[in-house]
Amino acid sequence: MISKDKSIDIKTVNYIADLARIALSQEEAEILSHQLKEILDFIDRLKEINIEDMPATTHILEVKNVLREDILRPSISSAKVLDMAPLKKDNFFVVPKIIE
Amino acid sequence: MEYDVVIGLETHVQLKTKTKAFCSCSTEFGQVPNTSICPVCLGLPGSLPVLNKLALEFAVKTALALNCRIQRYFRFDRKNYFYPDLPKNYQISQYDLPVALQGFLEIEPQEGVRKCIEIKRIHLEEDAGKLIHTEGYSLIDFNRAGIPLLEIVSEPQINSPEEAYEYLLSLKEILRYLEVSDCDMEKGSLRCDANISLKKRDHFQLGAKIELKNMNSFKAVKDALAYEIERQSKLLDKGRILTQETRLWDAKEVRTVSMRTKESAPDYRYFPEPDLLPFVLEDSYIEKIKESLPELPYYKKHRFIETYGLSFNEARFIVSEKKLADYFELCVNLFPFPKIIYNWIVGPLMGELNERKISIEDINILPQDFVCLIKDVESDKINSLKAKEVLKKILDTAKSYAEVIKEESVIMISDSNILKGVVQKVLDENPKSVSDYKSGKTNALMFLVGQVMKKTQNNADPKIVQKLLKELLDGSV
Repeated sequence: MISKDKSIDIKTVNYIADLARIALSQEEAEILSHQLKEILDFIDRLKEINIEDMPATTHILEVKNVLREDILRPSISSAKVLDMAPLKKDNFFVVPKIIE
Repeated sequence: MEYDVVIGLETHVQLKTKTKAFCSCSTEFGQVPNTSICPVCLGLPGSLPVLNKLALEFAVKTALALNCRIQRYFRFDRKNYFYPDLPKNYQISQYDLPVALQGFLEIEPQEGVRKCIEIKRIHLEEDAGKLIHTEGYSLIDFNRAGIPLLEIVSEPQINSPEEAYEYLLSLKEILRYLEVSDCDMEKGSLRCDANISLKKRDHFQLGAKIELKNMNSFKAVKDALAYEIERQSKLLDKGRILTQETRLWDAKEVRTVSMRTKESAPDYRYFPEPDLLPFVLEDSYIEKIKESLPELPYYKKHRFIETYGLSFNEARFIVSEKKLADYFELCVNLFPFPKIIYNWIVGPLMGELNERKISIEDINILPQDFVCLIKDVESDKINSLKAKEVLKKILDTAKSYAEVIKEESVIMISDSNILKGVVQKVLDENPKSVSDYKSGKTNALMFLVGQVMKKTQNNADPKIVQKLLKELLDGSV
């Protein structure tokens, strides 16, 4: 999908867009193809930096083990949440039928 | 053709925390739909997840009990996919740095038959919401979304449906001993998917991997696997080549059906969850949890066999629930006759509990009282019929043994002179049974014993009653 010269072809752009449920016009896909290539090129440049002595970072904050006690707190009102939904029935959210 | 069967199980268990994995909403089962929800488990913008301390502890506890290597450093990842039961459009899960790796579970389906099944990995993740499909549309309840789940993946080292069943049974026993999950498949607190492939004996090439889903009980897992072995063998015998697919178990029709899937393999685009910070576990933390582990069923079973002289099956039954094993052991400590205690627990006590649909956890007869009752039967202070009556009374009223004995004026009547009168009366009232007995129907004797017992409110010594009856009946030939 990603060729050697790091260009991202239209097919790949469309595949990623589909995974993210984004509709793209042909024109937009072409623009993104170029932009994504630029991003990958930039990442290649970052790769040139010597990071041998740097530990891997999973997070920018140097904080770890953030935990909370298992104590119940009131939830928000279900009516309030359901009111935000386009469709509801009794206490349920309603969506189009998923399986036949 | 002979085939070797290769099975791997992927089990999801809901952890028994009060609150969800990453927010403080309730995890209680059976609440009004969409009442245990908040901005975090609904994935509303600006909300931040924070891991439940107890969920982590439960995960480490389980991993230790399953002999896993606990990762000193782990983190969470986002598993991205679109489905209406997933409010955030990603599931917080773990990808390349799970809580634990490389463990094993020992199963012992029969005496002397032992097998070690390796555990590949254990990771923490959150449950999705519940979907209800109705005519024309689907309904969503997000109460379940965010409940902590532990995914336990076995290596493909299970070689028969029976072994799969044993594996699940042992896993459930351990998780219940640890009190980390209820493991109730019907309530969905334990779910299991299976991977199965067949291999021609003496061949190296493993057949296509078939994934089985939708099994709602341990038996369903066993049945679905047995069905698949037969289905796949038949196809392979005909020279057909199987392709990798997911099949759903249909318990009503007793068969598996292919699940229609998209051609492309799912692409979850895992990446580190930026809303959660990494976790570093200290040795002291792990040690502390290790020390809190109870004696596990496998070891308890063998200790009971050796220490108390129980048979393999007796020990297996009594250790199946920790509370039951504890109750048994408390009783044995008070009255060191394990077999007698075992028989009283498995027979009358379990019978009464089952009838009342209460579990050993909610039992209201103290081991001291239960042992007093058994001791009195053993020393002929009360007959076993009356003892069972007293047991019922205690379970119904939650009174002590002493109280019930007093109230029921329980005494053992073994004085022949007193009993003789009652026996004679019963003989006079039941001429038919008397003639039946005399014509060789020995069953009639037991009926007459029963009548005497009834007249004495079950206080008579049945051995003496039987003796007296025989004397009178045989003597009057």
